[in-house]
Amino acid sequence: MSTALDFLSGALLLIGIFFTLVGSVGILRLPDVLSRLHGASITDTLGAASILLGLAVAAGWSLLMGKILALLVMMVLLNPSASHALARAAIHGIRKPWLERESD
Amino acid sequence: MILASTAVGLLIAMAFALTRAIKGPTVYDRILASNALGTKTVLIIAVLGFLVGDPGHYIDIALMYVLIGFIGTIAVLKVSEFGDLGQTQPVDSEPPK
Amino acid sequence: MLSPRFHRGHKSPEPPIVRKTVSLFFVLAGTWLLLSGHWSMLLLGLGLASVLLVVFCARRLGVIDDEGMPIEIIPGLVRYAPWLIQQIILSCLDVSKRILNPTMPISPAIVHIEAGQKSDMGRVSLANSITLTPGTISLDVGHDTIEVHALTAESAASLADGEMARRVHKKVEGE
Repeated sequence: MSTALDFLSGALLLIGIFFTLVGSVGILRLPDVLSRLHGASITDTLGAASILLGLAVAAGWSLLMGKILALLVMMVLLNPSASHALARAAIHGIRKPWLERESD
Repeated sequence: MILASTAVGLLIAMAFALTRAIKGPTVYDRILASNALGTKTVLIIAVLGFLVGDPGHYIDIALMYVLIGFIGTIAVLKVSEFGDLGQTQPVDSEPPK
Repeated sequence: MLSPRFHRGHKSPEPPIVRKTVSLFFVLAGTWLLLSGHWSMLLLGLGLASVLLVVFCARRLGVIDDEGMPIEIIPGLVRYAPWLIQQIILSCLDVSKRILNPTMPISPAIVHIEAGQKSDMGRVSLANSITLTPGTISLDVGHDTIEVHALTAESAASLADGEMARRVHKKVEGE
């Protein structure tokens, strides 16, 4: 494999791990469930996509690359559904989300 | 080298999510944390496949883990909201026109 | 695609069902080949048998319809995807900056936005795009409006602007 592809794969992995860590910090720091979902969605979109694209570049043209891209498509289709279901259940369950104007 | 640091970073992120799962005041915080933990588990399985040099089999496991994690999250949410897996509609929903 | 709301219950067999059945066959066969990776005659034969069995069952169940096999919207989704990816990256950077900022300047709000989509598929695409973009999450999808939780007032304002709804309407629904 050429050096340029190695470099691209490494850069994508680094970007992905950065956004995954930021999303996890968001899950820890943000004030309530609905805000924490925004942190989790950073991990689900940009973090996961960058890491999987980096692995796909490392895999090269093969069946493996197809499988990794299928995994990426599946995560992009399924994660919003899970987030939406969770947000809907949370808004029915907690009834009083943390909003800016209420905390003032 | 870069793969190993990616795996370590994912482990740190999983530790954060696990902290939220233990601390989380409401049940939804814990479900959210376990869902995020599942996403990171899929990623770490994929990275681990490249680390140990057998990516083909590990990617298959990751594919299955995505599907099972999604079904698990939905099932836990349904039980926590309706108290029952068999109910098909919220009690207060409008009937279809 | 232009048909009004889809009703389960009384549906008549429509002409494109043959096309949908054939495309379901190819999608299933492609999935089998991708996941198996073996090319021996025995495994290919077993794959063909399972694909035909699944297509037969789906045909008997009547789930090959606009909802079960939405092949019409795939070209629209492909045209819509680049803009969505750009939006996702921009809002990811914005939300990341806010999370890493020690003072954490967030102002969560719940807003209702107009969803002028005619079809169920258009509304689902819009709600999924909203959830996929960090900073906004769709809470409830009604007939005309979508309830959205936004992390910041800016993201709520940019969503209420209606750019995303217009693009989904134009590209995905193709009107």
